[in-house]
Amino acid sequence: MLGAMQQRRVELIVVGGGLTGLTLAIACAACGIEVAVVDREDPAAMLAEPFDGRTTAIAEGSKQVLDGIGLWPLVAGAAEPILEIRVADNNSPLFLHYDHRDLGDAPLGYIVENRVLRRALIERARVLPSLVHLAPLAVERVERGGGGARAYLADGSVLQGELAAACDGRRSPLREAAGIRTLAWDYPQTGIVCTVRHALPHHGVAVEHFLPAGPFAILPMTEQRSSIVWTERAALAPGILALDEAGFRAELARRFGDFLGEVEVVGPRWSYPLSLLHAERYVAPRLALVGDAAHVIHPIAGQGLNLGIRDIAVLAELVVDARRLGLDIGNSVLLERYQRWRRFDNMALAAVTDALNRLFSNSVPPVKLLRDLGLAAIDKLPPMKRLLMRHAMGLVGELPRLVRGEPL
Amino acid sequence: MAASMGGSATQHSDVGTVDPAEVERFARIARTWWQPEGEFRPLHKLNPVRLAFIRDRLAARFGRDIRRPRPFAGLRLLDIGCGGGLVSEPLARLGFSVTGIDAGEEMLDVARAHAAESGVAVEYRRATAEDLAAAGEQWDVVLALEVVEHVASPELFLAAAARLVRPGGAFIAATINRTPKAFVFAILGAEYVLRWLPRGTHRWNKFLRPSELAQGLRPQGLAVQEVRGMVYNPLADRWSLGGDLDVNYLLFAVKAPEAG
Repeated sequence: MLGAMQQRRVELIVVGGGLTGLTLAIACAACGIEVAVVDREDPAAMLAEPFDGRTTAIAEGSKQVLDGIGLWPLVAGAAEPILEIRVADNNSPLFLHYDHRDLGDAPLGYIVENRVLRRALIERARVLPSLVHLAPLAVERVERGGGGARAYLADGSVLQGELAAACDGRRSPLREAAGIRTLAWDYPQTGIVCTVRHALPHHGVAVEHFLPAGPFAILPMTEQRSSIVWTERAALAPGILALDEAGFRAELARRFGDFLGEVEVVGPRWSYPLSLLHAERYVAPRLALVGDAAHVIHPIAGQGLNLGIRDIAVLAELVVDARRLGLDIGNSVLLERYQRWRRFDNMALAAVTDALNRLFSNSVPPVKLLRDLGLAAIDKLPPMKRLLMRHAMGLVGELPRLVRGEPL
Repeated sequence: MAASMGGSATQHSDVGTVDPAEVERFARIARTWWQPEGEFRPLHKLNPVRLAFIRDRLAARFGRDIRRPRPFAGLRLLDIGCGGGLVSEPLARLGFSVTGIDAGEEMLDVARAHAAESGVAVEYRRATAEDLAAAGEQWDVVLALEVVEHVASPELFLAAAARLVRPGGAFIAATINRTPKAFVFAILGAEYVLRWLPRGTHRWNKFLRPSELAQGLRPQGLAVQEVRGMVYNPLADRWSLGGDLDVNYLLFAVKAPEAG
């Protein structure tokens, strides 16, 4: 039996070849770690537009990471810099204004289409000699023991490695098989996502309107387009999504305003249920949870993938450093450090985004007045504002080398 | 008793610097050697710091680039008192061809089983430094980590270990200083208060000062290049290298190319 099976020995097994999985695999393989990435989806299908219409806000810290692992040059041409962020509360005149010039020359972040990121990842993965990308191929189960992790694949072959990284998303089968519990709840909100083209240039300004149903974000894209992330009450969302083109455009325009002139919806509409999830532990013997498998936060601050990229920067650093000492990359001292380093940061941001969403998703007058005063106060307090900005840019806390712009 | 056990590939002397009581004590806990949560947890925590010192000094000495895979390929290294292979295995992964020797067969069985499981090639032998020195063998690098404080005669042991270094080669030792502070931290603290180590692991009067260690090596042509302390930070639960030599320290010495 065993003799008939095809076995492959690597150092790191990455389960899940989405944005998180491929980024982690590339970060490690770029330093010579032997990595296998397994994903059930066909990479070609993942590049087609209907697969994922979302855009991702890449914070400055995340951009450093992508640059450090050789991805940024493949993405930069299609990334729109965010030069200013305007946060407005419904129709209130008070608002918070972040300008990148308050902090220096770097933009506050970039908006990139997920499709563009995926194409860059697949291209980069292909040229790294120590990376093997197995897709489409399902992982049936992963056995973890003292000596390592073994992944049994749908084609009957077996992968043997020192560490398995669960990059298999919010419903992570690896996390569940390891018996790691989660703290989770669904928001009674749906995220509606689409792309619009507008008559006037956006000048790199991102706008976040706090509407009673939740935040409505307009994120600057290339080619005079913007990405809309529209939080709607879950009960109302299906009706809005089912509207004909004119009806949808009218609902959108009501929220969008006319500051960018005539607005036209381009491409399909998508919707995503919004939820919060946090794993009780990030590690188990020979297993590390990364990205959405460990934490899903409210998209209000556009930080979801950025947290995943911070996880990756930390785990890749620990793995590469361990390998350069000749240590077993799945050792429990390393895993403990990964959990300790990442869990607090992720939990703090989950709490902040949840609180922001609760604070802003209502129109009770005293609450609204208080938050308007709060926004205005933050705007008038430069040190506080700079700290918030640096946090949103992913530049606060004990930073891994890649986030600091240093090589691994 | 160590001397009554058979099955070793190398001849070893019945008398020498090995302390039989010490060998037996380690044999009892050998199985937990590779469990980071087990009795050797402090060694697992300490290990990255020791390895980084060893790697960086040797990379400089032999002109190797540590960012490359298997940077030390082509060099032979002897790990005296290798125990379960906590240092032998990583150094073999870094490209050294490693010989690990220990006086306890149980320990070597643990080391061999683990190396097989990890797929790392290390040659483990039951032998003493004196056996190998008498046979005239030499290595590019000789390590004696946390071992000097466990031998019966440090002077004889150091003389034998130093003879095993080839001209132009390097020697690295790690041990505990004989200071009041070492008594408080390494014995009272580690064995009695924190219970990191089984009681009786160390005896204070067997500890050596850095100067005594250097003195033991000098007659064999080994010149000490650097002595660094290893310091524990209880808040971060991490070890780091530092200038404080009062408790744990590492010593790096080299043999001149023309010396014998």
